[in-house]
Amino acid sequence: MSDYESFDYDVLVIGAGGAGLRAAIEAAQSGVKVGLVCKSLLGKAHTVMAEGGMAASMGNVDDRDNWKVHFADTMRGGQYLNNWRMAELHAKEAAERVHELEGWGAVFDRTPDGRILQRNFGGHRYPRLAHVGDRTGLELIRTLQDYAVHQGIEVHMEQTVVDLFKTDGRVSGAFSYDRELGRFKAFNAKAVVLATGGIGRSFAVTSNSWEYTGDGQALAFRIGASLIDMEFVQFHPTGMVWPLSVAGILVTEGVRGEGGILKNSEGRRFMFDDIPPLYKNQTADTPEEGWRYVIGDKEARRPPELLTRDHVARCIVREVKAGRGSPHGGVFLDIAWIKEKINDSEAHIKKKLPSMYHQFMQLAGLDITKEPMEVGPTTHYVMGGIRVDADSQMTDVPGLFAAGECAAGLHGANRLGGNSLSDLIVFGKRAGEYAVKFAKENGDVRFDAQEAKASGQRAVAPFERVGGENPFTIHHELQKLMQEKVGIVRVESELQEAIEELAKLRVRAENSAPNGNREYNPGWHTCLDLPNMMTVAEACAKSALERKESRGAHARADYLEKEPVFAKINHQTVEADDGSVKVVAIPTVPMREDLQEIIDWQQK
Amino acid sequence: MPSAKFQIWRGDSHQSGELQEYPVEFQEGMVVLDVVHKIQAEQQPDLACRWNCKAGKCGSCSAEINGKPRLMCMTRMDQIDVSEPVTIEPMRSFPLMKDLVTDVSWNYKIKQKIKPFKPRKPDAPDGSWRMQQEDVERVQEFRKCIECFLCQDVCHVLREHHLHDEFIGPRFFVYTASLEMNPLDTEDRLADLKEEHGIGYCNITKCCTDVCPEHITITDNAIIPLKERVVDRFFDPLTKLFRMFA
Repeated sequence: MSDYESFDYDVLVIGAGGAGLRAAIEAAQSGVKVGLVCKSLLGKAHTVMAEGGMAASMGNVDDRDNWKVHFADTMRGGQYLNNWRMAELHAKEAAERVHELEGWGAVFDRTPDGRILQRNFGGHRYPRLAHVGDRTGLELIRTLQDYAVHQGIEVHMEQTVVDLFKTDGRVSGAFSYDRELGRFKAFNAKAVVLATGGIGRSFAVTSNSWEYTGDGQALAFRIGASLIDMEFVQFHPTGMVWPLSVAGILVTEGVRGEGGILKNSEGRRFMFDDIPPLYKNQTADTPEEGWRYVIGDKEARRPPELLTRDHVARCIVREVKAGRGSPHGGVFLDIAWIKEKINDSEAHIKKKLPSMYHQFMQLAGLDITKEPMEVGPTTHYVMGGIRVDADSQMTDVPGLFAAGECAAGLHGANRLGGNSLSDLIVFGKRAGEYAVKFAKENGDVRFDAQEAKASGQRAVAPFERVGGENPFTIHHELQKLMQEKVGIVRVESELQEAIEELAKLRVRAENSAPNGNREYNPGWHTCLDLPNMMTVAEACAKSALERKESRGAHARADYLEKEPVFAKINHQTVEADDGSVKVVAIPTVPMREDLQEIIDWQQK
Repeated sequence: MPSAKFQIWRGDSHQSGELQEYPVEFQEGMVVLDVVHKIQAEQQPDLACRWNCKAGKCGSCSAEINGKPRLMCMTRMDQIDVSEPVTIEPMRSFPLMKDLVTDVSWNYKIKQKIKPFKPRKPDAPDGSWRMQQEDVERVQEFRKCIECFLCQDVCHVLREHHLHDEFIGPRFFVYTASLEMNPLDTEDRLADLKEEHGIGYCNITKCCTDVCPEHITITDNAIIPLKERVVDRFFDPLTKLFRMFA
């Protein structure tokens, strides 16, 4: 029943989105034996959903751009809670990683002089996002996938990891089941890279797919790694709100980058009404100036629609709550209006935003070249995650590395659009590189066969639960709870209620049971996903309770302002003695002087 | 709430399956995948279907809806006739795993056999290249492919004649075209196309183009130009003569 097939690798990579593929490529090119485990088919990971582009200060469109400006933008966007060393490495290395993709077959949109084109995005001072229309994520994953399959990496598709092993204080491997027949595999590995993505499936309105169940965060946490910044969940300001069944599907920030404006039911561009002091001198005073920025006038400043995502999401919520929303509880996002400014706007929009055009045409029967869209916030990304060392991406557990969304630090309290895809390739590469180094320096390790047996037994346990509850019911209740009580605007009483409810749901999850057998059984898979979702949900709710202020993506109705004391604190999630989730405050590390000077200089 | 009868294929690799009927209510704006998920959550938790993005971007939820190959996530309920039972079946060109899930691993093996991208030397000292937008647009069309494999499913060379060992199918002609027409690429795949990849089997019925959810003009823009290149190289008498003395 709990039999398993064994595999041996120097480096095992778990997750095959942008970060996992990049890590696997890096490791394989150094000549070690690499295994890559992915929850879906290869090339289907959540990276395909990324639309707008990847941020890298190549300066192809505006030569005033450089890594220092990118660094300062990232830190400002993250409200200075970012790991500044990660922000530095990211800003310095992103351009080289993007060029490398072109050598591996990526075909980006071009500037008139034949270089990689870059577009405007929220919080970025200059046009910085390398892109391919509005399907940049697909381009990234396909490029990495097609390159990776020729590097001698062994790929295990549709495999879900349920446990990590630890031996002599270091990670020693992983245990998984395959979706097809429910058979088990046990991987022995000298180093393991987690690249499992985010936690969005714990919320009801989300742009995230079924895979985003917090696996990496929970797996690492269970073997002693800590999480940080888990209160910071990004609600992307523009998700679809109608029809209901597609609510939450992402509408790229690229729409606003190309000149899309936000309006309330009164036709007012409400983003002009509330511009945060930190961005006052970078933001346009008039719609006219905003448009000049969109079309590349270097003297003009950004339109307020391109303020950071946390702020735009909150402004939308405010409009809706004040009764100025659209018919289905969002606001209007209008790109069609640019017909007043340019000839043949219809063809222009279809060229720049082809997926958006088709998405609204097919799912909502709406032509975005003619009518405004209805949009509202959707759960999109978790800034928090597994705590890692900035340079190596190693977690608190020796030999265990993490990269991409499941790792934390780069984005602080709020991520800038476009900084995710570049995060994946910069830190995916680093994780792969340092995992190899660790494997070589530390040599062989074996997982304990008894532990593997126990993992198998735990995995099949749901089938033995007589009269167990439908796991989908519990999942839906978890999503509703998190959306309502740990959502965009939080308050102490609700957070406390959520924590109590989560404890009850956890008990119910432990008694959830599938029907049928182990073959491709989504009910069973959900039974095994639920504990992970509970762990990240609890970490999020408890961290949110502790942060008694509003900062970045974390907004509290009972503490509306930023509090200086919290400006210097990250929340770390650790395992308490009784196995429960405990949150402790840790001071941020003072910034290196030369980096502080960059911030001060950019602030002027 | 409107209602429909869904007839969904249930079966696995051990036994031949059959259509089973599920009555279901649905809301305005729902897509077929929503309805399948509703049945899964409320009636049949072990009903197997693949999906990821639910936005037509990942190409996971391919199936045959009333016999037509489509993405379940991009097929709205108001686009199909619900006065009759709606049939949902797995892609028929691939072996069944379970219910709506098929074994598409053959596609991954084929891709691995195609010679990878091999760029010319960078044009600039920073390792970058210069290309004009108009020169990359053709390739960008092919790179829209989400690998849903609906074109493979509908292609009669694979579906009816099962020539999986001699013919790589429309998806991989599109892939080959994206490499061959990339301005930076220096590899040569024409001999492979003619010999191992069986491009000659395609008799341009355009079924693949019809079902492509990304609206890639597979036959006209990818397959026919590749066929022309193969013909020019191997069958044109003048070229042949020239090659003889070259």
